Amino acid sequence: MIAGMWVRSTLAYRASFVMTTFGNFAATFFDFVAIMLMFTRVHALGGYSLPQVAFLYGLSAASFGLADLAIGSMDRLGRRVRDGTLDTLLVRPVPVLAQVAADRFALRRLGRVLQGSLVLGWALTRVEIDWTPLKLLLMPVTVASGCAIFCAVFVAGAAFQFVAQDASEVQNAFTYGGTTLLQYPPTVFAKELVRGVTFLLPLAFVNWLPAAYVLGRPYPLDLPGWVAFTPPLVAAGCCALAGLAWRAGLRSYRSTGS
Amino acid sequence: MGTGRLYVAVATGGFRRYATYRAATAAGVFTNTVFGLILVYTYRALWDAKPHLGGYDQAQAVTYVWLGQAFLSTLAIGGGGVEEELMDRIRTGDVAIDLYRPADLQLWWLAADLGRAFFQLLGRGVVPFVFGALCFPAYLPTDAGTWLAFLVTVLLAMVVSFGLRYLVALCAFWLLDGTGVGQMMWLAGYFCSGMLLPLNVFPGALGEVVRALPWSSLLQAPADVLLGHADPWRTYLFQGAWAVALLGLGRMMQSAATRRVVVQGG
Repeated sequence: MIAGMWVRSTLAYRASFVMTTFGNFAATFFDFVAIMLMFTRVHALGGYSLPQVAFLYGLSAASFGLADLAIGSMDRLGRRVRDGTLDTLLVRPVPVLAQVAADRFALRRLGRVLQGSLVLGWALTRVEIDWTPLKLLLMPVTVASGCAIFCAVFVAGAAFQFVAQDASEVQNAFTYGGTTLLQYPPTVFAKELVRGVTFLLPLAFVNWLPAAYVLGRPYPLDLPGWVAFTPPLVAAGCCALAGLAWRAGLRSYRSTGS
Repeated sequence: MGTGRLYVAVATGGFRRYATYRAATAAGVFTNTVFGLILVYTYRALWDAKPHLGGYDQAQAVTYVWLGQAFLSTLAIGGGGVEEELMDRIRTGDVAIDLYRPADLQLWWLAADLGRAFFQLLGRGVVPFVFGALCFPAYLPTDAGTWLAFLVTVLLAMVVSFGLRYLVALCAFWLLDGTGVGQMMWLAGYFCSGMLLPLNVFPGALGEVVRALPWSSLLQAPADVLLGHADPWRTYLFQGAWAVALLGLGRMMQSAATRRVVVQGG
């Protein structure tokens, strides 16, 4: 309902809505333009061709876009903690998490989802895959799990803001930084970095591992084949941990009262 | 109080103001470092596949990445300088107070923005750059002359950057809400300054066009001087010409705007 209210409020200024949605679309599209520019000079990056990189890009951008659409407003929490307006949310009979997520719900973020889906669609027409029913089934599961993993990162970042009130940029490093990282093949990055985003912050499960299976490429870090099917489990685990962090953060909240 | 000293005071104020937000600065340093890391690996893969792309070797490409991260907030390439506050003041009508001051509107905001830029350079720029230079084989010139020439280009880049953003802010006199223009500026800044990819890697005519635009003064020009790829004097001329043109245009827009100013609110 809160989200619906914000949607109506943004639709009140239609021209502005169209412009900002286009802006969001274009802003994310530039990431991909950079990749295309790179491929005007080379044929492969980290051993991946342009359609294969586009496949990684599309999966990451679509998952991240959906998570951003759902709860991307989380980075406003720091400001609410700082100026004390979080109190208003605490006294309402609705879970605080739902309210913070719906706070300034921005439909214009559809631009990002749209752009990711378009790149993914283009990649699917170009990339060579021996499709099996299992691979087909894995696709929607991957996007849904990836979205859940990014949501968990958003929530954990918000929980962190209870402690570090004006450090919302740290969250950007993991959210926007995470999706940028996943848009490139794992072969590009140093082993330690890949290990970090596999075992510590399990971003690799958003697209690298399932994509390695679908594309029939070697797995990063020589992981066993079945890990391509674990994203739903990893996503569930991440969400549970993020939920715990959120509750701990909320309990530690002390109003600034001004 | 001499006018020169007045503007120095405004600039110092701008510097101090941004210096207050320590946690935000630390968070910014962290984010710039993370993004720099991701970019460094992708650039290294690119230069592995094609050595000497755009005339840079791999170490030079690494230096370029960390310069970009150092300049992102210093030159407010994606926006986020004083223009946002000025836009707000125009929208709410507070700008009328600024117009009463015995100081020039444009120079006042230029001084405030330079103060901000110097703080961001020291507070947010130096740490990611040093981190990058220590952790990856980077190209660093050894003679002081090159560094000095580079610092001059950085100063000129600050003025060009302000010139661009001042124009965006003045649009608020006509549009009231400058969000759309700001966003377009953000896109142009990212794409045309070389934040996405060095401009000398852009193919063919596209590369020539983006190198002639004012945004190339922001990252590409200082980087090329530091990397020994451009003659400093020609770079100064290029940046200086754009600075004069943009500030002049800003002055014209400013006088057109103040002649028809209608104060909001009351």
